[in-house]
Amino acid sequence: MDSDKYLKDIGEIKSLMNRSSRFISLSGLSGIMAGIYALTGAGFAYWLVANSGQKYLILDGYVFRWVMIDLGLIAGLSIITAIFLSTRKARTNGEKIWDSTSKRLIINFLIPLLAGGIYILIILNQQKYGQTAALMLIFYGLALINASKFSIGDIRYLGLIEVALGLICAAFPGYGFWLWVIGFGVMHVIYGALMYYKYDKKQ
Amino acid sequence: MGIINNINKVFDHRIRLGIMSVLMVNEYADFKTLKELLEVTDGNLASHTKALEKAEYIVIEKQFIGKKPNTRYIATKSGRKAFKQHIEALENIIRKA
Repeated sequence: MDSDKYLKDIGEIKSLMNRSSRFISLSGLSGIMAGIYALTGAGFAYWLVANSGQKYLILDGYVFRWVMIDLGLIAGLSIITAIFLSTRKARTNGEKIWDSTSKRLIINFLIPLLAGGIYILIILNQQKYGQTAALMLIFYGLALINASKFSIGDIRYLGLIEVALGLICAAFPGYGFWLWVIGFGVMHVIYGALMYYKYDKKQ
Repeated sequence: MGIINNINKVFDHRIRLGIMSVLMVNEYADFKTLKELLEVTDGNLASHTKALEKAEYIVIEKQFIGKKPNTRYIATKSGRKAFKQHIEALENIIRKA
C-alpha cells in the first residue's frame, strides 16, 4: 500500500544525491569542438614550423611566438565553447550553471592543471624543452581524473588515456607533436562524440 | 522483528529524507544549497534541520564568511548509519510488495 510512496522516496533520494554532488551538464559537443580546435591549431603549428626553415623550435623566435599564440587561442576558444554549450545544456536541464557542484568541479580540475602549468613554465625557463608535450598530457589527464569525481564518471577514462599517452610521449619525445595531436585532438573528438550520443542526444 | 520496525520516524518526511540524501554524498552543505535543491522555504528548512539535529543525525556549524553568516550542515556517523538502515528498510518494503 505504501510501497509506491517509498519507491518515489528512493527515486528522489537518488536524484538528490546526483544533483547535489555532481555537475552533469558538461556538454559532449564542447568536447568535439575542443578536439577540432586542437587539430586545426596543430595543423597551423605544423605548417608554421615546416615553412620556417628551422629543424626545431627556438625560444624568442617569431615562430615560437606564433605557436604560443596558437596554443592560447586553442585553450581560450575551448574554454569559451565549453562554458557556452554547458550553460545552454544546464538551462534546458533546469539546472544552475554556477552552483556548488560546478564550482567544485572547476576548482578540482584547476588544481593539478595549474600545478602542471607552472611546473612546465619553470622547466621551460631552465631550457628543458623535450618533455613539454608529455607533461601537458600527463597533467591534463590528472586534472580530468581529479574532476571526474564531481561530474559524469566517464571523464575518468579520458583522463587515464591522456596520462597513458603522456607517459608514452615521455618515453618517445620525438613523437611529442603527434601524441599531442592524438591526446588533445583525436581523443577529444572521440570522447565528445561518445558523450553526445550517450547523454545529449536522448533528451 | 517486522520489516516495518526499521522505518525511522525521523526520516519519514520528504524534506528530512532530502536533507539526509544530500549530506550523505557531500562533506557538508550550506543553507542556501539545501534550500535550492529541496525547493523549500527558509522556515520549513530550519525546522526540519532542527529536528535532525535534535536526533543527533546532523550537526549545525555556524561561521562567518567575511561578514556574512554561513550555516553548514554535516551528517554525523550515527546519522549516516540510521539513514542507511532506513533506506534498507524502504528497499525491503518495495521488494516484498
